[in-house]
Amino acid sequence: MIVGQRKPIQEIIGMLKGIKKILILGCSGCVSVCSAGGEKEVEILALILRIDRKKKGEPVETMEKTLARQCDTEYLEELKGEAGNYDAILSMACGVGVNYLADMYPTTLVFPALNTSFMGVSEEQGVWSERCAGCGDCVLDRTGGLCPIARCSKRLFNGPCGGSQNGKCEIDPNVACVWQLIYDRLKGLNQLEKLKEIFPIKDWSSSLHGGPRKIVREDLKL
Amino acid sequence: MKSGSNLEKVLTSGQFAVTGELGPPKNADAEVIRTKARLLKGCVDAVNITDCQTAIVRMSSIASSVILMEEGLEPVTQMTCRDRNRIAIQSDLLGASALGMKNLLCLTGDHHKFGNHPNAVGVFDMDSIQLLQMVKNMRDEKVFQCGEELKGTEPTFFLGAAANPFADPFEFRALRLAKKVVAGAQFVQTQLVYNLERFTAWMQAVRALGVHEQCYIMAGVTPPKSIGMAKYMKNNVPGLDVPDEVIVRLKGARDAKKDVQEEGINICVDIINRVKEIEGVAGVHIMAIEWESAVPEIAKRADLLPRPG
Amino acid sequence: MNDVNQPDIVAFCCHYTAYACSQDLQNLPQLGFPENVRLEILPCSGRISITRLLKAFEQGADGIYVAGCKDDTCHNVRGSQIAKKRVDYVKDVFDQLNIEPERIEMYMISREPNRGFIEVAEEMTMRIKKLGSSPLKGK
Repeated sequence: MIVGQRKPIQEIIGMLKGIKKILILGCSGCVSVCSAGGEKEVEILALILRIDRKKKGEPVETMEKTLARQCDTEYLEELKGEAGNYDAILSMACGVGVNYLADMYPTTLVFPALNTSFMGVSEEQGVWSERCAGCGDCVLDRTGGLCPIARCSKRLFNGPCGGSQNGKCEIDPNVACVWQLIYDRLKGLNQLEKLKEIFPIKDWSSSLHGGPRKIVREDLKL
Repeated sequence: MKSGSNLEKVLTSGQFAVTGELGPPKNADAEVIRTKARLLKGCVDAVNITDCQTAIVRMSSIASSVILMEEGLEPVTQMTCRDRNRIAIQSDLLGASALGMKNLLCLTGDHHKFGNHPNAVGVFDMDSIQLLQMVKNMRDEKVFQCGEELKGTEPTFFLGAAANPFADPFEFRALRLAKKVVAGAQFVQTQLVYNLERFTAWMQAVRALGVHEQCYIMAGVTPPKSIGMAKYMKNNVPGLDVPDEVIVRLKGARDAKKDVQEEGINICVDIINRVKEIEGVAGVHIMAIEWESAVPEIAKRADLLPRPG
Repeated sequence: MNDVNQPDIVAFCCHYTAYACSQDLQNLPQLGFPENVRLEILPCSGRISITRLLKAFEQGADGIYVAGCKDDTCHNVRGSQIAKKRVDYVKDVFDQLNIEPERIEMYMISREPNRGFIEVAEEMTMRIKKLGSSPLKGK
């Protein structure tokens, strides 16, 4: 899922200076699962903003709403006829939702309440970590299913660098060296031979470096 | 031998080679390079010029290499993948070759997290092995990375790589060197050797793969300048293995009211003498960064002088 | 309630803690429980939500506290530990909003007949008296 984290409160307060009526818009998708931008977090943020404004003697009117997803035309259309009622919409979705709101409602101010952190897993309650960088050209068949792009600090393709020690990455003793993990896994699977091949220089054009990406499926279009 | 490199000549002739290392200044003062160069002159066959080592902004390796050449020394220009994409690297290498640089050390580069610009983008368009492959293809196949023909004069570097026998997983370390050699490495300089037992075991694995016959292996050494430095290297530098024995020797010298720096030089000379005996070791790479003045003494005592050529 | 001498304090209390300490909530005034503290009884302190804490403050409380069991005696095992995390969350929010984090507190009280339950109410009343009324009430 996409993992997000609420921005520091003062940063959000700074964005909303002068705004008197705001829709705080949650998303029941990924950011709700990672407790960053679902219904509950919308309610909390609304309270925080109202408390701040009350303290300053500049009250703000907050409306709260949470859509099934903010990355889908169908759900965002629910705001039609309503978007114009607010000075701004504060989206608690990932960056995708914020963008799509801005795309669909050209005359409404839109602000992000979250930092979109990464695509990752929920390891345990309250702990998330990155697994995929969305490079657009998956290499996991060659690396035992573990991604050197998302999980190696230097995005190495040909085995661990000289900074791999005791299974940890040189940048942080709390970060696992993914190449140690790949090595161990391929060894266990009897596939160490795979690591002898030189992995050729990657074509990054399928990643963000090739410009904004788009997929069109004629078989599904109406 | 189309590089015309002195280092390549020495290694090919079967003589035990010596390289030094020079860290460019964090300013635009050419005199810093010249002063350090003069200390190393006559003691080494070539001098590595680091490419913003530890991700700290310094005078560029290529520019510093030009100044070094003006002093009559041969540079081993370093190129990392951290700061440049394939367009910039190839462009810089055409320039380096045109300026007369003959040796190129291909590195992935230290991560910038610990440098002085931790907020920078880490480029890492490729890794060191892919970099070797790219430069080898420019030289031998006369093609750019994209496949387009390189018309006219190609860069003709003697290609080097780094290897760390002390990193993990140990069993993969010799294999990784083998990959670098297949990719194009003709010589390799290792991480600092203090743990001779592990280095010997690594060399054994390297020989088992026959890699020592396909590239020249130079053992990295440095004199520990103080007890503090030895402790720092032991505890704070990832990928460095400094046995307690080294610290014990330095402390022994201090306690006997002897010169600790002198003992540091002794330790370095002892290591050189021991790696010389290991089959497949073709030279030493003395990295006395910010202690370049120790190199002549080390070279003399380790019986590495005079240098050929 | 703008009187600094009578701060408006909301106490969210674990049912078990409150009864164990006082035997009968009706007795509280006789036992000296401060009048300015409004009690809201929860089945377990772990049931307190961040929203409820913030709402109490928004609605005018000068101080808020949660009283639960000692962290090893919670009837629901981790209830009071969870409550403490939520109180800490609100403390952090207050800090970021330049509101004194001391206006909210978590108390873990042993679940036996004792004066602890009354003492924390008194302690909180004293604390809020010093801090003055809520900054949301204007100067």
